[in-house]
Amino acid sequence: MLAYKKKRNQNIAFGIFSLISYAIVALLFVILAFIVVKGIGVISWEFVSEMPKNGMTEGGIFPAIVGTLCLVIVSMVFAFPVGVLAAIYMNEYVKDGWMKKIIKQMTNNLAGVPSIVFGLFGMSLFVNKLGFGDSILAGGLTLGLLVLPVVIRTTEEALKAVESTFRHASLGLGASKWQTTSKVVLPIAFPNIITGLILSIGRVSGETAPILFTVAAYFLPKLPTSIFDQAMALPYHLYVISTSGTNIEASRAMAYGTALVLIIIVLISNLLANRLRKYYGKKVKMN
Amino acid sequence: MQKIISKNVNFFYGETQALNDISLSMKEKTITALIGPSGCGKSTYLRLLNRMNDLIDNTKMTGSVLIDGNDIYAKETNVDELRKNVGMVFQKPNPFPKSIYENVAYGLRVNGINDKKTIEERVINTIKQVALWDEVKDKLSKSAFELSGGQQQRLCIARALAIQPSILLMDEPTSALDPISTSKVEELLFELKENYTIVIVTHNMQQAGRVSDNTAFFYMGELIEYDKTKTIFTKPFKKQTEDYITGRFG
Repeated sequence: MLAYKKKRNQNIAFGIFSLISYAIVALLFVILAFIVVKGIGVISWEFVSEMPKNGMTEGGIFPAIVGTLCLVIVSMVFAFPVGVLAAIYMNEYVKDGWMKKIIKQMTNNLAGVPSIVFGLFGMSLFVNKLGFGDSILAGGLTLGLLVLPVVIRTTEEALKAVESTFRHASLGLGASKWQTTSKVVLPIAFPNIITGLILSIGRVSGETAPILFTVAAYFLPKLPTSIFDQAMALPYHLYVISTSGTNIEASRAMAYGTALVLIIIVLISNLLANRLRKYYGKKVKMN
Repeated sequence: MQKIISKNVNFFYGETQALNDISLSMKEKTITALIGPSGCGKSTYLRLLNRMNDLIDNTKMTGSVLIDGNDIYAKETNVDELRKNVGMVFQKPNPFPKSIYENVAYGLRVNGINDKKTIEERVINTIKQVALWDEVKDKLSKSAFELSGGQQQRLCIARALAIQPSILLMDEPTSALDPISTSKVEELLFELKENYTIVIVTHNMQQAGRVSDNTAFFYMGELIEYDKTKTIFTKPFKKQTEDYITGRFG
């Protein structure tokens, strides 16, 4: 009787768990399918390679794609090294104590700040105070700040996953802490650090609020020529043509097309980073 | 000549005292076995000799440890230099995720030896020294993880020897190995004794009896008895030692 009850309870619990997991996957597919179905119609070579035309109801989204790529690059060039170095410092150098606790707490708080607040901060610091103006540099740095906690946290996790016995072996041979970190710990952790990069790229390319006041242009008929230029960006473009365009109904299809392109870019960067991760993972083992 | 001399060493993990007034000297080119039940402080003592305990937060040490007459806990001691001179082999084989060759070369590289020829010569000689050459000579560029556990441990010994230390610390080096690999490591110890001062922590009584010249018996942070291995195993002075060795407790 008891065994029967146990079995039944277990079956119910597992049933609920699996239902929830499948529901999440199904939901993701529904969203993707929705966007693909609605957006696939406008996708064409012209769409991804031409300027917007006729009040953004026709033509393409090429400048927004370029803008988003520029923002991703600038933000990563800033956030990746800073985040990785901060995580190394925190995980390898600082002793356990109040100092480490405070840094950790602050990083977590930073991750919890709403992205629009980052936008305001970026505007007052990078755009106004430092005089970068509305520019790719200002927007990229703002986005970089936003993803810094993600990079720090994933890097920390990656470093923690490296067994301490490797550190001891290296230190035991008379290697300095830095030699140990750079020659032993980082190579082992690298594949997992790449995961942080993937997550950040996805986050950066999709964020709208931080670029609102720092870089995004409503409409620019030309491509940016330097990091001090304004640029269009996919998420902002999506926002513009679906809320405040000249003819919202007419550009509806283009909005879905833009969303689809955004998703594809994130997907491609994920695949790419995954390949990179596997490649380095192999190299670490074989080398 | 006394190679390692410790005087009145106390060691604390936070509030817990792990070693209580340990005074112990070891002669050059001998093998000393540290035995005792788990948690008795023998591994803690071993790690004091190359200052590995420095890596653990919130610890405190008093007393002094002299190696070749120099206080290794003095302010002016360069810890990296100390560890270069006092090699260590760990309980679980822990080769780096690098090639067999690079594992042995690593210690040379981090200690500023960059000349390719010197490195190659040392790597090959050291691998031969630990009797691993015939088994790995055709796959030096392969990952060290492809080796068996016993081979990995001998590789780790080679890695430690490559930088030519004078002391070798071994923390239960064979506890994760099968009997055949264990006897290979033990044979190796006999050869290494010619040139190195070896301190080995072991849970294996027979091993302590087979390989060591002197044996120190630790119990609850105290050094109960320290004498020639033969004496410890045949007519120990203290009853506690006898009980432990004959397996009546521990």
